[in-house]
Amino acid sequence: MAAKLKLATTSLAGCFGCHMSFLDIDERIMQLVELVEFDRSPLTDIKNCSPCDIGLIEGGVCNADNVHVLREFRNNCRILVAVGACAINGGLPAMRNSIPLEDCLRESYVNCIGIENPQIPNDPELPLLLNQVHPIHEVVRIDYSLPGCPPSADVFWKFLTDLIEGHEPSLDYDLVYYD
Amino acid sequence: MAHITIDGQIVPFEAGQTVMEAAMAAGVYIPHLCHHPDFTPHGSCRQCTVTLKNGWNITACTARAAEGQEISNNTEELNLVRKRLTQMLFVEGNHFCPACEKTGNCQLQGVAYHLNMMSNHYPQFYALRDLDATHPDILLDRNRCIFCNLCVRASHAEGKDVFAIAGRGINKHLVVNSESGKLIDSELTADDRAANICPTGALLVKGKAFQAPIGQRLYDHHDIDEITLGGRHGG
Repeated sequence: MAAKLKLATTSLAGCFGCHMSFLDIDERIMQLVELVEFDRSPLTDIKNCSPCDIGLIEGGVCNADNVHVLREFRNNCRILVAVGACAINGGLPAMRNSIPLEDCLRESYVNCIGIENPQIPNDPELPLLLNQVHPIHEVVRIDYSLPGCPPSADVFWKFLTDLIEGHEPSLDYDLVYYD
Repeated sequence: MAHITIDGQIVPFEAGQTVMEAAMAAGVYIPHLCHHPDFTPHGSCRQCTVTLKNGWNITACTARAAEGQEISNNTEELNLVRKRLTQMLFVEGNHFCPACEKTGNCQLQGVAYHLNMMSNHYPQFYALRDLDATHPDILLDRNRCIFCNLCVRASHAEGKDVFAIAGRGINKHLVVNSESGKLIDSELTADDRAANICPTGALLVKGKAFQAPIGQRLYDHHDIDEITLGGRHGG
């Protein structure tokens, strides 16, 4: 039997909705684990990426840590995939891009109704926010994109099984949605 | 009858018809966004770019059909150009489909789906654009405007001239003909053609969003070529 493909996943400035949708492949995950080995992923809790065949990136890039993680994935993954609207165009987090970052923070942590002990978080462990949220293809090269908010479980399944079987991945009309 | 050919198919035309009109009448889909059969051609979105035998590119919506024209339309090369143009529209505006009321019924989406557009390819502009929610019945979200000019043309035809395009480049924007520049002080009403013709979610009549559930929206299961040739569209 051929060696299993190694698969890593992460969520950057995303909501984990794409990961939840991935898990909607339901019992097909039993077939999948016969074919792939999960490396770094919220599903395994492995913290760093080792060399992999496929990396799935959910979410855009909103802070310095996102940039670091994304580069780690690019350095280790043969095929890197932008998964979902946020990875592709920044998505809903990027709707803050028209508002100055300081105004966003003040509204959330200082001026918002019901705030106690108002202060903008500045713990050194917190990654620094970028001025704007960016899609991941502005930071690293991306091999494939799976649109959707989230892409359906069938999109994940079709894409991964195509890759595993050595086909050029393709999605039928009914599988492509931007929402 | 005089005819042209499009991808080898014989397409008859009447004197004065554009390539687009002849194609539509013959059931040949040429992608388009700014074209609408009821209004003067605008030729701005360039989606309907087709190639003549001599290698010249023309826009099918503005070029008159001429006897013997041999036209390429549905080719890999032209569809790639159209996809790149569509991607430019997506990065130039702020098109966040999951948060848009027009999603599923949006012609911009429909064309992008038709062209199998999987990513935006280019860096996002994140242009700063205003939203006008002052009108009780109509929303204007300039983030989603693609400058097709259809609302401008429709409003002109209605004798109201509510809209115009102003500015250049990244600062280009739809302006409203009222003293305050706001929709509420304009003559626009929800039953105006101009309020209902937008191919994207830039102009929306309020209270109608999300009426069709996911799965039953215009472009959920039907390619825009089928919808358009069937006489329906998202505008």
